[in-house]
Amino acid sequence: MLDAILSGFDGLAAGGRYLLASGGPNVIMLAVAGVMFYLAIAKGVEPLLLLPIAFGCFLANLPLSDLMQEHGVLRTLYDFGIGNELFPLLIFVGIGSMTDFSPLLANPRLLLFGAAGQLGIFFTLLLALALGFTKEEAVSVAMIGACDGPTVIFVSNLFAGLHKIPTAMVGALAVAAYSYMALVPVLQPPIMRLLTTEKERAVKMPATRGRISKTALIAFPLVVTALTGLIAPQGLPLMGMIMLGNFMKVSGVVPRLASASENEIANIATLFLGLAIGGTMNGHDFLKWNTLLVFGLGLIAIVVDTAGGILLGKIWYALSGGKVNPLLGAAGISAYPMAARLVQNEGQRWNKQNHLLMHAMGANTGGQIGSVMAAAIMLSVLKGLGII
Amino acid sequence: MTNTTFGLTMLVVGMGGTLATLWLLTGLLRLLTRMFPVEPKPVKPAGAADHA
Repeated sequence: MLDAILSGFDGLAAGGRYLLASGGPNVIMLAVAGVMFYLAIAKGVEPLLLLPIAFGCFLANLPLSDLMQEHGVLRTLYDFGIGNELFPLLIFVGIGSMTDFSPLLANPRLLLFGAAGQLGIFFTLLLALALGFTKEEAVSVAMIGACDGPTVIFVSNLFAGLHKIPTAMVGALAVAAYSYMALVPVLQPPIMRLLTTEKERAVKMPATRGRISKTALIAFPLVVTALTGLIAPQGLPLMGMIMLGNFMKVSGVVPRLASASENEIANIATLFLGLAIGGTMNGHDFLKWNTLLVFGLGLIAIVVDTAGGILLGKIWYALSGGKVNPLLGAAGISAYPMAARLVQNEGQRWNKQNHLLMHAMGANTGGQIGSVMAAAIMLSVLKGLGII
Repeated sequence: MTNTTFGLTMLVVGMGGTLATLWLLTGLLRLLTRMFPVEPKPVKPAGAADHA
């Protein structure tokens, strides 16, 4: 009888014993979860995703947690929606429903800023390879430069599914991607000021053309999907889903589906995705030297993205005889609509009569298409090289 | 394939491909907006009364 009671107490003390014996990494990750809670709740840093990620991390690092073991709730969520890429794609349907592409259609040339804004991806890829990451790891890290969380998760998880990168790395990449997306308002303005002159920043641009016909708006997602699917079929799930969301919105005939995509579906997918990603952040797997490198390289990727866009803006400024404000280049990343608002604020700071918002929105939606396109092309090239 | 070859291939084909695709798309979007311009609103004759 006494033995049974002692065994019972022993079972209750197992968690504490584990923590003392080998729980160091878990304790650190519990502290990391605490920092993420603080950032999400007190600072409003991407709370929609950071909060569930932090909670998943919290759950996965409690002593003897079996939530990521087979049949554990976090593992079930992971297998149900991340292992097969479903959740990032559902979020993409929502993003498509939320995005208004008409500023881009009003001035399609702004799409080129969306290409220049991906320079950080390719620069970081070279850097990651030089630092000793494997090809698949380097591509995954470089994708942080897409400034687009679901794209990073989609690409990295593809490699994790093929056992080419550790599953824990997906968590690190996701947290890095969302953290830097949230830090765009802090990171971009100094780069904008460093790379442009006061005269360039004050350039006033004429109002955009205005309305776009409904037929053009409806044809847009079909044309984009068909062209990009033809060139880079490996990225069709990404582009197809974002354009599906937009198609439903602009068609105007399925308001319930469009509304569900941008609300219920996107919200549920975000919650489950965050929890499952957080679940991969077990201290024993997560706390590696490479994780720190991932965060460092991610920062470089975002900085080079911004610089690439602004440099194209400066070339454009020179070629147009000073009619294009080079700040627009900073909006050529996927952080929508944050980057566009930053360009508007920065433009107004140097010229109170400057209204760059609609141009910047065009460049920003171009950045969304550009980041997905860059990922799609990378995956297709990898397929062509026989790596995936 | 060495890492250097891989990296440079991705840089050239990846960045070049992204730029080329988006440039092509720019052309298609311009075509699209020209093919389907905004229908002009019917102009009311001067002095015509509104019927609410």
